Amino acid sequence: MEPLERYRPIVDEFESFLAACERPLGNAVRVNTIKASVERATAALEDEGVEFERASWNPRVLRLETDSPGSTWSSVHGFTHGQEEVSAVPPIVLDPQPGERVWDCCGAPGGKATQIAALMDDRGTVVANDNNLGRISALRFNAERLGATSLAVTNADARNYSLKPFPFDAFDRTLVDAPCSCEGTIRKNPDALDDWSEGHLHSVAGIQKGILRRAIQTTREGGTVVYSTCTFAPEENEAVVQHAIENEPCRVVDFDLDLEYAPGLREWNGETFDPTLERAARIYPHHNDTGGFFVAKLEVTAE
Amino acid sequence: MTDDEAGGTQNDGQRFDRLPTTAAERTVEGRASRREVLEYFGDRFGISPETFDDYTFWEKGAGKIWIYAGEASSPVEIEAIGMTCLRTRQEHWKPTTDFVQRFGRHASECVIELEPEAARRFVAGEDQELEWDGDWGYLVVAHELAGDLEPIGVGLYVHGELRSMVPKGRQRVL
Repeated sequence: MEPLERYRPIVDEFESFLAACERPLGNAVRVNTIKASVERATAALEDEGVEFERASWNPRVLRLETDSPGSTWSSVHGFTHGQEEVSAVPPIVLDPQPGERVWDCCGAPGGKATQIAALMDDRGTVVANDNNLGRISALRFNAERLGATSLAVTNADARNYSLKPFPFDAFDRTLVDAPCSCEGTIRKNPDALDDWSEGHLHSVAGIQKGILRRAIQTTREGGTVVYSTCTFAPEENEAVVQHAIENEPCRVVDFDLDLEYAPGLREWNGETFDPTLERAARIYPHHNDTGGFFVAKLEVTAE
Repeated sequence: MTDDEAGGTQNDGQRFDRLPTTAAERTVEGRASRREVLEYFGDRFGISPETFDDYTFWEKGAGKIWIYAGEASSPVEIEAIGMTCLRTRQEHWKPTTDFVQRFGRHASECVIELEPEAARRFVAGEDQELEWDGDWGYLVVAHELAGDLEPIGVGLYVHGELRSMVPKGRQRVL
């Protein structure tokens, strides 16, 4: 927990924050509406005697009262998919529409990519990319289990991504759920901070900037790019978005999210950020009893 | 794009090629046509061809057919395109578990409904002796869940036995 001390100046109720980080997370699932409506999925869970609670902010997110959420008929049928509650946030902020062309540039293991397909009623094109071939097998498995027929899978470095396999030259929307230092997953992975170092934050931030830059370049003017991480470090969050708005045609925009969160930062360690960064959301574990997350929504503007 | 433009008359296992519309347009030996795929799903399972109006079919690897709702150029060398739906290039074509779960609700023939205990054995990967009056061969295996019939996967019915085709990674002990 020691690395988290650096966030004492920016996190309200810091002791509650630390206490929440020490508590393990419950089992959340997302209802996969490609295969079942929320009514049908919850009826199936009730039929099996699996108790659950609905997340107040999203009807498709359920908190299950079971130790083995994978051993249910709902899971066998792909009605539900185990997905941390807060990891369902970026696709909702992305707000993809049926028929659109959407890129999930760091897409494995596929929870968010299949959620994007579901939000589009599985109509349109969802390109789920990942640079790690091992993680791609998990992505493919999940996509097929969840019945996502609108989803194509590519294996490439997002920083110099080519749209050549596809008969279009820009996406309508892109999700950059970037590889990060994962501080916010501490409740799920108690060893998440074991290899923490400030040097690591800076090196991963370089990769994040490269991915976000390419995401903006491949998204049409007027299109949407969502940038998210599961970490608290401003070096990987506000600083990355700041770099994007300084170097690419885009602006930070507002979004609605029915969860408790803190606004993005205006400054960190002497570095100041554009006032629009306050439109980003910092979700801390003590806010909604979830993991930690950062999400910012960008609109691609004219050059 | 036709298979001619794709180049070559042999199946290339490294890339996806869109199926030709009919056998007459086929340039790659042994490749199923879209019409044959629709006829198979219609004849065997009673799934109407219109079910697939918004989908395209692709082959990657010898006989492995994928169903896709999105856009892509043909041929295309990527990791996956939609989902695997059918194994062709063998005497009896075989639908996949994932396809049956996704589209099996449209089936009206060769659908076997299992009682709860038999359904649990099926999803655990067990073969079992069962009565079945219909055709032998690959069946959509379903059970009742929360008041509705829900397809679980593919079974092979022969000699009074239903063999579970649920792949290891999808098997569960419930």
